[in-house]
Amino acid sequence: MTLPFYVSPEQITKDKADFARKGIARGRSLVAVEFRDGILIVAENPSGSLYKISELYDRIAFAAVGRYNEFETLRVAGVRLADMTGFANSREDVSARALANVYAQQLGTIFTTELKPFEVELLLCEVGDTADDNEMYHIYYDGTLEDEAGFAVMGGQAELVEAHLEGQYEVNLHMDKAFKLALRALEVADSDRELTADSLEVALLDRNGGRRKFRRFDAQDIEELL
Amino acid sequence: MTISRDATSRNSAGSGLPGFPDHVDATASFFELLRTNRPELLSVSITSSDLEVPEGTTVLALRFDSGVIIAGDRRATEGSFIAHRSIEKVYLADSYSGVAIAGAAGPALEMVRLFQTELEHYEKVQGSRLSLEGKANRLATLIRNNFNLALQGLVVVPIFAGFDHRKGCGRIFKYDLTGGRYEESDYHAEGSGGRIARSYIKQHFHDGLGEVQAIRVATGALYEAADEDAGTGGPDLARGIYPTVAAIDSEGFRAIPEHVVAERFAEVLGAERESKQVAFSSPKAAGKRRGATGGGRSRGRKGDQKQAGDTGSGETK
Repeated sequence: MTLPFYVSPEQITKDKADFARKGIARGRSLVAVEFRDGILIVAENPSGSLYKISELYDRIAFAAVGRYNEFETLRVAGVRLADMTGFANSREDVSARALANVYAQQLGTIFTTELKPFEVELLLCEVGDTADDNEMYHIYYDGTLEDEAGFAVMGGQAELVEAHLEGQYEVNLHMDKAFKLALRALEVADSDRELTADSLEVALLDRNGGRRKFRRFDAQDIEELL
Repeated sequence: MTISRDATSRNSAGSGLPGFPDHVDATASFFELLRTNRPELLSVSITSSDLEVPEGTTVLALRFDSGVIIAGDRRATEGSFIAHRSIEKVYLADSYSGVAIAGAAGPALEMVRLFQTELEHYEKVQGSRLSLEGKANRLATLIRNNFNLALQGLVVVPIFAGFDHRKGCGRIFKYDLTGGRYEESDYHAEGSGGRIARSYIKQHFHDGLGEVQAIRVATGALYEAADEDAGTGGPDLARGIYPTVAAIDSEGFRAIPEHVVAERFAEVLGAERESKQVAFSSPKAAGKRRGATGGGRSRGRKGDQKQAGDTGSGETK
């Protein structure tokens, strides 16, 4: 087969987008839910040490789905940028919005200029002093940036999970209710398979949690939640 | 931000991610990151060394049964003037360690801030904390980097102390100007009043001190240093300014509340006053007073007091 002499930009972009979307859909889902005390993030993750959800800064969490090495690179770059901004200015001056913009710029550039786009989707969550001040930024493989409210879903059968949450979500939920909601939504998407503590990764941003509001749940904590 | 059209033309020293900071290698060192990207945020170089910079201090750390106490006075001096009455010299480095600084205040505070960020940065990037010795080494690197400034008079010499979960005990590290790191098994004090504080602690330290006793020894040492060294501030009762004291044990770094420090100082001052009055009062009154302040504590001075031949009226305070 001879390679085409000319390929239209639309074709190239569509091919890349399909490639990225397929890659992300092959993986597992992740859900972030705003609840009474902050933001809870639950991911289906069979690994106990390769994390999808991490602390980025005092009030900011980084969550991702897709190719691990690709989103790890982005995560570390984000931690560096956040720490440098916080050090050069002050800790309050680091915002999820600014970081989300840099990520969007970055992913957009990679999508356009690299042979292969990053098969990742990112979520930056920032917990505010009140529920209204919470922020969630969803960044897609091509640099599209979306502002989310209430809950956000990424990866795997995202549409199914989102549909479930759409019907069930309420504001100001207690943590265990929020967790149960997220868990059921994830299970629904995975042909109603029951998820156990060792296939889950759970973290939260606790509004009342001291300076560093990110807290990761260990296996025991997850067992207690279940 | 430059958008490169060709992946291979990217600067190999960069992170390959424009918009994000460049990184030199795979270490999770925030300090290296700053050096590569924002060197101007690190120590500045000066040419003149006849500057009046705030200094003068006593800071100390001492081990007790379940951890370490780290403490420092509140005075900063500029030559013979008091530059600051309530400067903080004891800082949390991370949840299980603390650093107390002696030397030029400006560079010292920057070093603390950099050190705190360095430790947190490592933890976030790597997903796990540095060992206590690793943290001590990182601090040594920062001090080494300050060497040029130190030669020009802006010396920063910290004491680093923390709880080592692996060994299950508190550990203390001291440094010299060149970044040399030495571990002290029991206690250390630094600053213009350091030697005085160390003598005091030497007399009162023993293995198995409880937390309350250890705080009392720390406050006593700072009081002694303030008494002898102009650069060290004693408790300012008029303004309610007391030395900063923190305890670090298996639960973490914990600042000791001011009223608790004040109580320990009151005990120290009470013993001081008493030791100066015993010589002029009756043995009976002296005995009563000694009992009231608690006989369990050992104080070098009391052993030297005259037990007989007292004259004068029995003054009670």
